[in-house]
Amino acid sequence: MLTTESLKRIDREIAKYPVEQKQSAVMAALAIAQEEQGWLSSEAIEFVANYLGMAPIAAYEVASFYNMYNLKPVGKYKLTVCTNLPCMLSGGVDAGEYLKKKLGVGYNETTPDGRITLKEGECMGACGDAPVMLVNNHRMCSWMYPEQIDKLLAELE
Amino acid sequence: MAILGALNPMLTVGLDGNNDRDWRLDAYVKRGGYSALKRILSKKMPQDQVINEVKKSVLRGRGGAGFPTGLKWSFMPRAFPGDKYVVCNSDEGEPGTFKDRDILLFNPHSVIEGMAIAAYAMGAARGYNYIHGEIWEVYTRFEEALDEAIAAGLLGKNILGSGFDFELFAHPGYGAYICGEETALLESIEGKKGQPRFKPPFPASFGLYGKPTTINNTETFGAVPFIMNIGGEAYLEAGLANNGGTKLFSVSGHVNRPGNYEIPLGTPFSTLLEMAGGMRGGRKLKGCIPGGSSSPVVPGATMMDCTMDYDSISKAGSMLGSGAVIVMDETTCMVKALERLSFFYYEESCGQCTPCREGTNWLYKIVHRIENGQGRPDDLDLLGSVTTNIMGRTICALGDAASMPVQSFVKHFRDEFAYHIEHKKCLVPPDVQRAGSGFFKATV
Repeated sequence: MLTTESLKRIDREIAKYPVEQKQSAVMAALAIAQEEQGWLSSEAIEFVANYLGMAPIAAYEVASFYNMYNLKPVGKYKLTVCTNLPCMLSGGVDAGEYLKKKLGVGYNETTPDGRITLKEGECMGACGDAPVMLVNNHRMCSWMYPEQIDKLLAELE
Repeated sequence: MAILGALNPMLTVGLDGNNDRDWRLDAYVKRGGYSALKRILSKKMPQDQVINEVKKSVLRGRGGAGFPTGLKWSFMPRAFPGDKYVVCNSDEGEPGTFKDRDILLFNPHSVIEGMAIAAYAMGAARGYNYIHGEIWEVYTRFEEALDEAIAAGLLGKNILGSGFDFELFAHPGYGAYICGEETALLESIEGKKGQPRFKPPFPASFGLYGKPTTINNTETFGAVPFIMNIGGEAYLEAGLANNGGTKLFSVSGHVNRPGNYEIPLGTPFSTLLEMAGGMRGGRKLKGCIPGGSSSPVVPGATMMDCTMDYDSISKAGSMLGSGAVIVMDETTCMVKALERLSFFYYEESCGQCTPCREGTNWLYKIVHRIENGQGRPDDLDLLGSVTTNIMGRTICALGDAASMPVQSFVKHFRDEFAYHIEHKKCLVPPDVQRAGSGFFKATV
């Protein structure tokens, strides 16, 4: 289900916790599985649960509780824009509208070519860098004004 | 990100991010890093003495609650045999707050050293740093810093030959504001949904895996090495009585230079505003949320008279909270601002307690319809009634955090809400609001 490389990374996470507390690694393990597969299918969640010796439903509860997990397939790039108040005051909402126009999709939609899924996000803890957006959860882009957004979109092939 | 007047070099040097190597171990050691830990271990300083020093500093929790750190440490049953844990709360998701991210990015070793000192003082042998999922680069950097500390013998078994063991690990969050609540954070480390626990029992007696645990904020731990170096009394003197030391303030919104600024507690708000480059476009301050989105909004004129400390902000009817200062000028529609905040709490309520799960939905729905020209004459009273039915009726503070912005926005800007309901439009014209954000003409 997962590559040896991903399993190695998961093992490293498991080692951080007491031996009888393997379940503690579930958040990291799900993130690693998602990184490899783009989203978390029921099969992937069940695989992670079994790997950690926990009930699949408990792993599913975690996957559905935290909002950075993708429970449905997303585009090659998931672009999450923060529109919370501090970002909004410095153009976060405008940045979202600009992206919608450029991509021709709304929030929670994917471009027809499957390239980009647009998401509205909650506070990313980087309000001083507003407007802020995340590419595939792990890459943060700061000060995203029209020119910077255009550059980013050109780069995301 | 400019940091002016860095008063605590252990915490803030390197925060400007100009030097990519400043965060590394050798640079941290050069500015006095790990000298406090080394001294404590080589002198075998009694645990009580460490805790007393922190008590003397009147360091108060920098995550938002402002609870005295030394007192919290003294609650730990040190003599209790078996596992004990020290946990750092870096799940920084309170809108407006972005100081812990910068501390971890530019000065991760100050937090590692602070946690090691805390673990020594409380007899803990293991710790976790729970890092907000959205700041993934911080997670990877913190792990690199941990590797550096382990390689230098500053973490792990028998640290510097002292017989003291402390192992520290990073735990990733993955998008849940509620995990900033300490017991939800513990549930999350245990690999579950992050839903807060009933208190009591408090974490000091029943924490991570049911073991005694102390949870402090990133900035709190980061302040500890400096306190141990200059002494608790000197740290206290840097601030005000009952408001010891310096603090990082995250300034966002309608200012020219948003960023983190370190100031002694008790510094006038107007000075902080100046440090942040003043109001964008020279416009007038309409309102300010002084301590993160959960703290009540303060009208501009009142705010200009405040000093930045727990007591002054509390007198103005708000809270210093996490030190997240959200500045709003006259281009802000207060109804729209509240609508966005209410959506946030609705989205982030964990769903465990009915008053919060249902109430945050009601708050958002009502503010949303006022903003969109569908408001009803009795909506403002209805908002008040929903908030009083949430507050004090939930396990954790999220319900209160959702209610306080609603109550304060309606209280201080009631006319603007009434105008929306009566005229079915904003008091502030949409093009003025758009100009306020500066998005379309901004250059970086």
